[in-house]
Amino acid sequence: MESESKRKKESPNTAELAVTASFPDEVLEIVLSLLTSHRDRSSVSLVCKDWYRAERWSRTQVFIGNCYSVSPEILTRRFPNIRSVTLKGKPRFSDFNLVPPNWGADIHAWLVAFAAKYPFLEELRLKRMAVSDESLEFLASNFPNFKLLSLLSCDGFSTDGLAAIATHCKNLTELDIQENGIEDSSGSWLSCFPESFTSLEVLNFANLTSEVNTDALERLVSRCKSLKVLKVNKSISLEQLQRLLVRAPQLEELGTGSFLQDLTARPYADLESAFNNCKNIHTLSGLWEAVPLYLPALYNSCANLTFLNLSYTALQSGEFAKLVVHCPRLRRLWVLDTVEDKGLEAVGSNCPLLEELRVFPADPFDEEIIHGVTEEGFVAVSFGCRRLHYVLYFCRQMTNAAVATIVQNCPNFTHFRLCIMTPGLPDYLTNEPMDEAFGAVVKTCSKLQRLSVSGLLTDLTFEYIGKYAKNLETLSVAFAGRSDRGMQCVLEGCPKLRKLEIRDCPFGNEALLSGLEKYESMRSLWMSACNVTMNACRRLAKQMPRLNVEVMKEDGSDDSQADKVYIYRTVAGPRRDAPPSVLTL
Amino acid sequence: MSQDTTVDSPESSDGASLMSFDTELTLGLPGESRSPARAPAFAQGHKKNCTKRGFMETVIDLNLGTSHISMPRGQNSESRVSGTGKYPAAKAQVTGWPPVRSFRKKTLEGSSKLVKVAVDGAPYLRKVDLQIYSSYQDLFRALEEMFTCFTTRGDDNMEERKLTGALNGREYVPTYEDKDDDWMLLGDVPWKMFVESCKRIRLMKSSEAVGLAAPRTPTNC
Repeated sequence: MESESKRKKESPNTAELAVTASFPDEVLEIVLSLLTSHRDRSSVSLVCKDWYRAERWSRTQVFIGNCYSVSPEILTRRFPNIRSVTLKGKPRFSDFNLVPPNWGADIHAWLVAFAAKYPFLEELRLKRMAVSDESLEFLASNFPNFKLLSLLSCDGFSTDGLAAIATHCKNLTELDIQENGIEDSSGSWLSCFPESFTSLEVLNFANLTSEVNTDALERLVSRCKSLKVLKVNKSISLEQLQRLLVRAPQLEELGTGSFLQDLTARPYADLESAFNNCKNIHTLSGLWEAVPLYLPALYNSCANLTFLNLSYTALQSGEFAKLVVHCPRLRRLWVLDTVEDKGLEAVGSNCPLLEELRVFPADPFDEEIIHGVTEEGFVAVSFGCRRLHYVLYFCRQMTNAAVATIVQNCPNFTHFRLCIMTPGLPDYLTNEPMDEAFGAVVKTCSKLQRLSVSGLLTDLTFEYIGKYAKNLETLSVAFAGRSDRGMQCVLEGCPKLRKLEIRDCPFGNEALLSGLEKYESMRSLWMSACNVTMNACRRLAKQMPRLNVEVMKEDGSDDSQADKVYIYRTVAGPRRDAPPSVLTL
Repeated sequence: MSQDTTVDSPESSDGASLMSFDTELTLGLPGESRSPARAPAFAQGHKKNCTKRGFMETVIDLNLGTSHISMPRGQNSESRVSGTGKYPAAKAQVTGWPPVRSFRKKTLEGSSKLVKVAVDGAPYLRKVDLQIYSSYQDLFRALEEMFTCFTTRGDDNMEERKLTGALNGREYVPTYEDKDDDWMLLGDVPWKMFVESCKRIRLMKSSEAVGLAAPRTPTNC
């Protein structure tokens, strides 16, 4: 921009130049409005003042990875025209009960600010936020253009809040309620959608348990001709599902209800025919209590499936193998480890296009030895599915050699999340630490963005990570490492690191303080049950005013130890809504 | 008889472990004494590797009469699944580990009637969802498939024990533990009542089935 204004002063005033010389803001804004990636937009805004200005006026979507990194006031001041907001709140370890209740991340203050500054807000996507019924009611009443609500891993609300949304949001296109700590008092919220309401395109209430009025649901599905995604809950029977499918043959994503029912021949044939009629289904989930007998009704639908989520169905290997034969186009698969290695072998043999695999444990907390998947299943998949780049794998044993083979077969991993469920377990064949396994991963997979490590690990693992994982953005570590050096290697070596979460590791003050400057380039650091003291945290807080250093104290613990530390960069200063158990240093 | 192989991991000579790890993971059969040396293996960098899983300090005795079971992949041990199938509940759960969302855990718990199935001679337990079967025949078919698959895997030393036909009561006696903690024969009660009251299943070797009624063909319900 500077050079253009210079040219303007120096060159003759031709008509051509008059057009290009002072690049009008409006044009710049139009050009920039084509940019959707928020990272690109951040870069753009740094070019110069004109671009900063144009960018802030043209931005309509904002993504905030840590709700405390910025305040509603700062956000609304900078961006006047936002229509879509994505907010993430609590640290990820809150999913595993490591964060005290009432920690924060309440959406309400944001909604109040949005009501004043973004009355035309259309979309709200929340993850790990505290959302109350009052907030949902407020949302429903203050944003007449509101279209899309997505709540993932949120808590604090009940079906009453959903009733408010259904009642008042006349332009709603998407209601997506996933995996929330929700109080489900009744299914009557669904009946609150007015008869005149027809705009719904996405409805996901698989998370909820109460029965909904199936007549109301049928009528809703019938009149919403643009409905593409329907994920019902367990209370919906197979027969009811069949009636819904008949009314929505245009569906692209389906979450079934319970697959458990005594179907006589005729209803089974109807079900099969209803599935066959839905030619556009590419995503299938639900299948609660899937009786193997009825799975064949799905077989024809499976031909076009790209995403199959069986993570709530305890299928055994035989039944699963029979199903997977029919899914040659699968790109994403989520299963329970009840399918065992044999089931995964079937995946390797039948799903050459597979890109993502998640294997969840059916019984993670059991004391006794329950079979599940081993390294063999993972290896089998890697031989058959060379495009695999995202894996989440819970297992009870692993070897360095197996992982080396896996990444040799699939060098394009972007997300490698391996959870060997017993803490500190070595390679069960050689009894060595699992260092070489993760070494192989980081050496071979140059595109690696996310890594979760497990098993018996020394500092060598972290040396490898620091040395090779140049694109790593998220690292999760538990029960690993030997000394501060481990953590230091990561902090010094991974230039793109944004999120580091550590629990139960022997990393202490030296490690914590070695990352002083680093933390400002990261979104956040979590350290719990490590060897960090309050004094070190205070020192860190003092030296780095643009970081919030929060310590969560456990009852009865040593005063000098910092049990749980959460450090994040922010332009909003220390937060004022922390509960008593959270100290901001 | 228990076999204890203490394997020193290379790091065990490393000085102080800076771990503040207050979880005691100990497992063993009832009545076994715990030596103080058996501190959390993880914290001390030791690994006691009794089973092919290297599951910390788990000692399982598998008694197969004349034959030894050799663990797949070359590790040997003798183990017996105890008659009651109960392990002492000494293991303290580590908060938030494994990292499975509580939502998922609750959902799985609520949605099915999963019971453990132990087979004498197999070092692994399985879980089946009783709700998805509609009769004893269905269940037996599934069990056969499950455990036949298992026993034919692994290395050559293992005697192949096909359960086909074995569940007629000749080689194995299908038993289950009911709500009152009694061990009953599978097939004695109507199917639905069985699903309701069954807590776990054990396929017991006929030679061990003392004290139960004589094996007979399970009734169809």
